Amino acid sequence: MPNPYSATGGAATMVATVRGDMGGGGNDRNDLGQTSGMPAGQVLRRLGAYVRPHAVSCVLSFVASAVSVVGQLYVPILIGRAIDLIVGAGQVDFAALAPLTVRLAVVVVMAGVAQWLSGYCTNRLTYETVRDLRVEAYDKLRSLPLSTLDSHAHGDLLSRVVNDVDQVGDGLLQGLTQLFTGVITIVGTLCFMFSISVPVGLVVVLVTPLSILVAGLIARRSASSFKDQQALQGELGGYVEEMVGNQKLVSAFAHGHQTEEGFREVNSRLYTSGEHAQFVSSLSNPSTRLVNNITYAVVAIVGCTCVITGAPSVLSVGQVQSFLAYANQYMKPFNEISAVVTQVQTAFASARRVFALLDAEEEVADPAEPEHVEEPRGELDFSHVDFSYVKDKPLLKDISFHAAPGERLALVGPTGCGKTTLINLLLRFYDVDAGTIRVDGVDTSQLTRAELRSLFGMVLQDTWLFEGTVRDNIAYGVPDATQEQVEDAAKRAHAHKFIVQLPQGYDTVIGEEGGSLSQGQRQLLCIARVMLADPKVLLLDEATSSIDTRTELQVQDAFDRMMEGRTSLVVAHRLSTIRNADCILVMRDGHIVESGTHDELLARGGFYAKLYESQFDR
Amino acid sequence: MRRILSRFVMPKYGFKVVLGMACKVVEVVFDLLTPVVVARMIDVGVRNRDSGEVMRLGLLLVLFAAIGYCFTLVCQKMAALVSQGACTDVRNELFSKVQELSSADVDRFGTPSLMTRLTNDVNQVQVTIALGIRQLIRWPFLAVGSMVAALLIDEELGLIFLVCTPVIGLVFWWVMHRLVPYFRQLQGRLDQVSLVTREALSGVRVIRAFRREESEGRRFREAADAQTTTAIGVGRLSAILNPATLLVMDLGVVAILWAGGARVDAGELTQGEVMAFVNYMTQTLVSIVYVANLVTVFTRGEASAKRVFEVLDCEPAVSDKGLVPVPVSDATLGSGMAVELERAGFTYEGAKVPALDDVTVRLGAGQILGIIGGTGSGKSTLVSLVPRLYDATQGTVRVFGHDVREYPFEQLRGIVATVPQKASLVSGTIRSNLCWRNPDATDDELWAALQVAQAADFVQQKEGQLDAVVEAGGRNFSGGQRQRLTIARALVGSPRIVILDDSASALDFATDARLRQALRGMRNQLTTIVVSQRVSAVMGADQILVLDHGRVAGLGPHRTLVRECPLYREICLSQLRPEEVDA
Repeated sequence: MPNPYSATGGAATMVATVRGDMGGGGNDRNDLGQTSGMPAGQVLRRLGAYVRPHAVSCVLSFVASAVSVVGQLYVPILIGRAIDLIVGAGQVDFAALAPLTVRLAVVVVMAGVAQWLSGYCTNRLTYETVRDLRVEAYDKLRSLPLSTLDSHAHGDLLSRVVNDVDQVGDGLLQGLTQLFTGVITIVGTLCFMFSISVPVGLVVVLVTPLSILVAGLIARRSASSFKDQQALQGELGGYVEEMVGNQKLVSAFAHGHQTEEGFREVNSRLYTSGEHAQFVSSLSNPSTRLVNNITYAVVAIVGCTCVITGAPSVLSVGQVQSFLAYANQYMKPFNEISAVVTQVQTAFASARRVFALLDAEEEVADPAEPEHVEEPRGELDFSHVDFSYVKDKPLLKDISFHAAPGERLALVGPTGCGKTTLINLLLRFYDVDAGTIRVDGVDTSQLTRAELRSLFGMVLQDTWLFEGTVRDNIAYGVPDATQEQVEDAAKRAHAHKFIVQLPQGYDTVIGEEGGSLSQGQRQLLCIARVMLADPKVLLLDEATSSIDTRTELQVQDAFDRMMEGRTSLVVAHRLSTIRNADCILVMRDGHIVESGTHDELLARGGFYAKLYESQFDR
Repeated sequence: MRRILSRFVMPKYGFKVVLGMACKVVEVVFDLLTPVVVARMIDVGVRNRDSGEVMRLGLLLVLFAAIGYCFTLVCQKMAALVSQGACTDVRNELFSKVQELSSADVDRFGTPSLMTRLTNDVNQVQVTIALGIRQLIRWPFLAVGSMVAALLIDEELGLIFLVCTPVIGLVFWWVMHRLVPYFRQLQGRLDQVSLVTREALSGVRVIRAFRREESEGRRFREAADAQTTTAIGVGRLSAILNPATLLVMDLGVVAILWAGGARVDAGELTQGEVMAFVNYMTQTLVSIVYVANLVTVFTRGEASAKRVFEVLDCEPAVSDKGLVPVPVSDATLGSGMAVELERAGFTYEGAKVPALDDVTVRLGAGQILGIIGGTGSGKSTLVSLVPRLYDATQGTVRVFGHDVREYPFEQLRGIVATVPQKASLVSGTIRSNLCWRNPDATDDELWAALQVAQAADFVQQKEGQLDAVVEAGGRNFSGGQRQRLTIARALVGSPRIVILDDSASALDFATDARLRQALRGMRNQLTTIVVSQRVSAVMGADQILVLDHGRVAGLGPHRTLVRECPLYREICLSQLRPEEVDA
């Protein structure tokens, strides 16, 4: 039954950013949707493996809930018997009533304690299992190859680790417990009712489906009007997003009146549809209540008639009371089960998504007996490297080049020619299809990734800062750096000046997306981070593209100083920034088409010269 | 919530609210009568073996149910009409208010927050109003009514209700009261889990390059553990609620049976009445459970209503209330000083340093002013002072001889057209996007603007031309096309001053040059301000203003600045070949 009042989509819609240059159709390498057809039994079995460590909680929870349900169902019977002992003035059997009330009290307390125990155990079981599953899912993310991460929307992966795991907890663990409780409540009620009187029991059992029918009918009608309403709410939301998102613009154009008219129009349509949807859906509760009340009346009539006439079955007044209580409660487990069933269904879908993530193919393991670079000098060598992100669409073809220690290499070429890919390969974010890459004479695939990556320092176009202080962000590569070292690195990156102007200086907490820092300032922090790490080889991928040209000159100056004695590989759009490289590699369509110094290449009048001229075209 | 009621609900929908609630009361009265009728069935019907009486009373119950249902229908209808109607009004008023806000106010609230207030918060208020009409009266009335009915039947036995009802209420209050802060903590902890995961994904290259996988994993585990601990804490507490209330109720029943036995034995109570007592007890518990639910809904509604009123109560920082159009003739608009900044400065709210400090510039009609400077130098801030998106915090800004604060917005923003940095189109057609400044613009006027903006070519090739569909955010156009369309939009409605705020950055050099050429051709009717990071975009301007950290570092034509302003020269040299700088 759709609930109009449930919070609408709490999780923010994540915008997936898959960079075309890197990802694209990596799907054929590792598809996280493969397990979508996993049968329910298998899902439960796998889930069972996570529950096993908490088996005690699990068993206890089921036993306790069974005890509690039976106890609660026994209560109306005892009440009925007690009422039969209270017939009228001078007709009260105190001798029997006393032990009965004591018994009732004992049953009530027992049922209460059992219910509490069952709730408590289910919670423990759920949250601990959720935690285990979540940690495993997160750890899995760490061992996935970048090709998988690049080709999947991050929002989707995030929601598997966060929302889906929660759904599994809520739906499969708590949901199944509720389902269990619901089923034994129904079975128990039936047993108790039929044990008193079959005909009256039948009345309850036969009228109940009517209530379900009514509820279903209303649910179907309201579902369709909710769909309309939801569509309109989406339309209104879209309108608001555009107009409030552009509020400054709208007001700069004094365009507000027209905008308001548009809003009023959508809003009034929403009113009509919302009013209708709300009315129809609000009929559900009163209507089931109506059927319930009628059942109640019928049970009362039939029950009382039985007491008077002894037909169709012999009944006491107290037993009528028991029946009235059951008639009141009988609907409840049905409603609960129908709510739980949808929850369980979504939970199964979630579980499949989580397991699909856990089953994803992992990164190729590090070599068992890795080689070492004894004395890192920073020599790079690519020989005959081929690579493609998507089979049949080769991106890099037969790439060979050499960088002597301390040499400055620059990579230029049109967008999508594979410049960034070279960096991905060098750090083994991706592995080559053919050919070898050597660092200081050692094949990179023979090194552990940790050792390989410790040789490099990298600054990317997309700045990444995590939520933490400025200091922690700069010291990311060297967690035990002193304040002096951090400040020194910041000074060299020309970041010190603006950092001290921040409210808490180096202790200012910056948000995940860099908070109030400008794009340029964030980039300077990333540069400071690499400055502090002091690597053998520097990789700069469009590192200065978001900084204005003047700051770039200063940062460039810092880079120049840092590059001294280090090998560096620079990818840049702005050709002005790479003029003083020792060697410029010009890439086009996955090949290196030219190489040489700036002046040599200009003199040659080839592709580079054309690229260079084009930026001054006017 | 109270203000929502007094301002949006009661004046317009007062009658419907009262009608709805009154109908609900009728249903509740029938619900309350049911146990009494059943008691009569036992005490009169069964005792006297009168099947006819049993039948009559049974049918009465059915009748109660049917009549109660009809009244409820009226109530539900009223609730839908009132809550949807009032919130439609709230939404309209809120939207109008948002349109009135100045840029400083929008910054303060934050755009996403304004959107949430307009959508989710208003919806929450609507749910609260609806539930208020439908249930606010039902459940408390039922709880209190059961208690009163019990007392009416038998005062002594009724005392059990006087004890049990408050105890159940107390259990609820105690548990909920302790749960609320826990819930908040739980949300925070879950946000942390999701933050760490998001960072692990967005920063995967950096994390792997710096080999921080282990420490990030630890960070995640800590977050996950903390979340689990809180969740179990919440679970432990909320697991108490149901058993505890049920226990109180059932013990109440035990007391009723025991004490009731004595009363019946004394002949002061009947068997049927004892049954009625038991049934009232059950009703009481159900009611209190619902009341507790209502409390949560109302707390949320209250918070949302507060957030809605924060916006409605906001006095816009920049306002044109009470301003009458300044009498400026067409002749004045074509001559004299178009824009004058006199020692103007601006400090963003909460900022320590001014974003713009002591800027004096005079720009004659028909002239072109270029503004250049690094990121954060105050370029965009400066140009937003002219159409009064912000008010200068010091000094004055004049447009055609009049202080900008003298113009009503319509007039000022009719004279000054802005092309923002971010090229924003909204869903609709090309025409609807272009007609922002003048809804009645003719096709000729639109094409002329497109021509100047270098957009005529690609618009002609679009199916439907001016009526071609624009999707949300203009995503069916390339970045460069969007920019050209936003430029055209500014030119429709014959503005006198046009401000291009770094708005040609996605254009290639050749198109950019043609655009500047076309704008130069309109100088007898148009004054232009061009903000850019590109030297080539401002080189040809009559005057170039060089900004550095909010201050004027140089002002003059290219030739002079190259010689006299070291900063400008430095910028030029970083972008151009030396021989071009001095050309």
